[in-house]
This record gives sequence, structure tokens and C-alpha cells, in this order.
Amino acid sequence: MIVERISDTLWRRPKLLVVLLLTPPALWLGIIYLGSLFALLAQSFFSIDEFSGLINYEFTLKTYGELFIPANYDIILRTVTMSAAVTIAAAIIAFPIAYFAARYARGRWKAIFYLGVMLPLWSSYLVKVYSWKLILAKEGILNWGFEKLHLGWLLQAYLDLPFFGGNSLSTSVTGTFLVFLYVWLPFMILPIQSALERVPVTMIEAAGDLGAKPRQTFRHVLLPLALPGVIAGSIFTFSLTLGDYIIPQLVGTSRRYIGQAVYAHQGIAGNIPLAAAFAVVPILIMALYLWAAKRKGAFDAL
Amino acid sequence: MHSDRAPMGLKIAAGAGLLFMHLPLLLIFVYAFTTEDKSYQWPPPGLTLKWFAVTWNRPDVWAALSLSLKVASISTAVALVLGTLCAAAVSRSHFFGREVISLMVILPIALPGIVTGIALRAAFNLGDIPFSFWTIVLGHATFCVVVVYNNAVARFRRVSGSLVEAAMDLGANSFQTFRYVILPNIATALLAGGMLAFALSFDEVIVTTFTAGQQQTLPIWMLEELVRPRQRPVTNVVALVVVLVTFIPILAAYYLTRGTDTVAGQGK
Repeated sequence: MIVERISDTLWRRPKLLVVLLLTPPALWLGIIYLGSLFALLAQSFFSIDEFSGLINYEFTLKTYGELFIPANYDIILRTVTMSAAVTIAAAIIAFPIAYFAARYARGRWKAIFYLGVMLPLWSSYLVKVYSWKLILAKEGILNWGFEKLHLGWLLQAYLDLPFFGGNSLSTSVTGTFLVFLYVWLPFMILPIQSALERVPVTMIEAAGDLGAKPRQTFRHVLLPLALPGVIAGSIFTFSLTLGDYIIPQLVGTSRRYIGQAVYAHQGIAGNIPLAAAFAVVPILIMALYLWAAKRKGAFDAL
Repeated sequence: MHSDRAPMGLKIAAGAGLLFMHLPLLLIFVYAFTTEDKSYQWPPPGLTLKWFAVTWNRPDVWAALSLSLKVASISTAVALVLGTLCAAAVSRSHFFGREVISLMVILPIALPGIVTGIALRAAFNLGDIPFSFWTIVLGHATFCVVVVYNNAVARFRRVSGSLVEAAMDLGANSFQTFRYVILPNIATALLAGGMLAFALSFDEVIVTTFTAGQQQTLPIWMLEELVRPRQRPVTNVVALVVVLVTFIPILAAYYLTRGTDTVAGQGK
């Protein structure tokens, strides 16, 4: 009887049902997640006592000020530049894959393209990074390939370049970039594909009938319609690159990225306020980014 | 030009893109069998199965694997409950703050992992909470909710409201309707979401480094090996096994949600 009564009450008062449904997730995400974010924010307004190394629990903007000293500012700039470069490269590589999968792939090929994107997307992140350590190593497959093609000099010439090169590919900025690109690429493909799937084929044919060359059709019809998808994908690639600290630690130069700075400051240095302030930087950048993306209608393509 | 055949350039670009995504993973398969144990030499000087046996007898690998499996199971269970509740509420009604709820669910993966990690660490620090099995689960469940939610919310939208009303008209109470009408319709979506959540948790490393303390999940074990290599061939074998193990839930999730564009009672 009691079951019946509860059931009837829920049916008559749908609002009560919604409240009951939402309470557990809202409590979990609200308390644990938002609470933690708030704790983080609070810590960033504390400072560290330079002599004792203890946290001084008084409100100050001093820690944020430290972000603007050249060494820290460089870290932020470097990370943002890398995120932008990875995002642009990912969009360029992702577009043809997404377009082919959305427009031309049928039946078996549709499945192959879908799984072809899903499997790398969901494969272990560390294994993916590891595979690139194998590829980029001095004794690895890439160097071997260049040697076999008698192009070793070309690779060496590239490595001698001042900014992009280095001792070997696995200790160069190029290496870091390649690994970032590889690991986050699938996150770009899926949103572009879902945006392109909504473009009617007739619209592309119409553009052609009206005399547009393929290049013009792409520029004036396809690209604007796919843009929300590209932006949605870029949210992932940008955000993921912004916060990663493992890839630049394993592949690349000793120059730091935001994630590494956060990790180092909260770890051995014990400077949690500065780590927190550093972590607020990607939050702010992503907030701006999400706000701009929302205005472009990117969330409909997610 | 107006035929339904893809232009050659597009085919090549798309094919090359797919190859770029898969060749590195294939390389893992070769390296697991190499006889070389000091460097990443290519081509492998010889092939052997020896390292599989060596890995099998490593207690630290087993311990890390078992911790990862435990964490992933419990996190998935928590995420399944929370994600489904959220999806049910959001898809059934329009209420004030609905957007806030969906934003809150997406936030843990929209923000960089390091933010989630350091935020949790900061909270543990302020609350004097010691690291334990449960601090890892806390972090994992939080970002797993979104995968279940996404799968469930898409399915809930397709389960027609009239189906629920019909069940009620025929005398089923809310609980019976849920058990016999709603649950069968959303079951495969939940299973798929659960598998993806499991894969996500099983693989997570960034948040875990902040919430694990001294405990080693399999990804943390692997990270240690990558930073300070001790026995490279063992790492190769573990990498291969991880790739194979994560492929299974992905393929299963694909077959479970395939062709579900048509769900019973879908009114168009």
C-alpha cells in the first residue's frame, strides 16, 4: 500500500520527482566537485611564507602577482601557443576524415571509420604516449625510416633548427607537438563529423549548380556549416593540451608547461597557493573559450 | 564532379589520417615481442615470448591491475546511479536550473584534468582527509558521471512519453513502470555508458596522481616506468595487454548501441 501511495504522489507531483532524482547527483557534484573547485580558488588567494615555507591563510593577491614574473608568464604563453598550434593542426587533419565519414562512407566503411576513430580515442592515454616514445627515439622507427630512404641528412637539418629542433625528436618541441596532436586528434574528428552529417548533400550540389568551384563551395558553404563542430572539437583539444603535464614531461624539452608548473608547485615545493593560482589560468581561459563557443552555437554539435 | 564518389584527394587525406591514428598502436604489438631489453631499437633484433612469462610473475603488476579494476568497478557503479538520475530528471522535464545541471555534469571533463586533480587535492588538504582507496574513487566517479549521463540522456529522449503513460493507464505504478518499461528501454544505453565509464576510469592518470598518494593503479605504475624505466620489456607487454583490454569494452559498447536509432515507442 505504501508503495502505491508513494507512486501516486510522484505521479501527481512531477516536480517532487525531479527534486528526488536530482538530489543525489547534485549533492555529489555540488559538494565534492564544486566544493573542491571552491577550495582551490580559496587557496589561490593565500600565500606562502618565504622563510618558513608554511601557508599563510590570509587573503592576498600576491600569489596571482607572481604569475606575471617573466619565468611564469613564459610558461603560460608557451602552453597557450602549443594548445593553439595543436588545435589548428588537429582541425586540418580531422576535417577530411570527418567529411569522408559523414558524406561518403556507407555500410561497412561507415563502421570502419567509426571504430577507426573510437578505438584510438578510447585506447590508453599512456600507451599512446609510450608508442610515440618508441617512434621518436634515436634508435626508433622514424630515424630508421629516414636512414633507409637516405634522408637522414634532412632529419638532421631539421633537428639543427634553433626552436623546433633538439638533440633528437623525442627531446624537441616538435616531438611534444606530435604527441599532443596524436593523442587529442580523435576528439576533434567526432564533433566535426556530427556537424557535417547535418549538412544536406543537396546544399552542396546546389552550390555546384550555381557555379561554385569545389574550393568556393568549401569556403562559403561547407566550412561555415561545419564551424560549430570545429569549435566544439577545439574545446577538447585546447582544454586537454592546456592542462596536460605528462606529455611534455615524457617527450620534449625541459621547458615547462602550465600543468607541469601546477604539479611541481603542489608537490615537492609545497607551494599550494601558487599551484592553485596557476590552475586558475586554464579555468579562466576555458571560461572565455566556452563563452565564445556558446555564442557560435558550438554546443549543439557536441 | 557531382557524382557520389569521393574525390581522390579526399580519399587519400582521410586514409592517411586513419593510418596516422593506427600505426603507432600497431607498433606496440611488435615491441611486446622484441628480444631487445635495453633500448627502443627498430627493427627488433629478434622475437620472443619470454617477456609475457616475466610479466605474469610480477606481483607489482598484478597489484596495480587489481587496484585499477576495483577502482574502475566502484566508480562505474557510482557513475551509473548518478548519471542515470541526472539524465532522467533533465530529459523528463523543463525546470529552472536545467542548464546549470548539464553544465555541472560536463564541467569535470571540460576543464583540464589537472584542475580537477588539484581541486580535489586542495579540498583533501583543507579537510585533512588522508589518501585512500576512496579518495581515488571520489575523483574517478566525478568525471565518469558525464559518460553515463550522455548515453542515458540520448536514450531517454527517444523513449516516448506515451509509452510511460500507457503503462500507467494499464495500472502499473511508478516503480513497476520503471522496472518493466523504462529500464528495458534504456538498459543497453546504460551498459554502453557503464563500459565507457569503466574504460575511462581504468585509464585515468592525471587526476589519479593527485588523489592516490602512494597507491599504484595500473596507469600510475606505467607512468613510473615511463619516467624511470626499470624493465622496458615488461612495460611493452603491459602496454599491449592494456590496449587489448580497453578494445573489448569499446567494441562491446559499439555493438550495444548500434542501430538503436529505432527504440520501441519512438513517435516521429
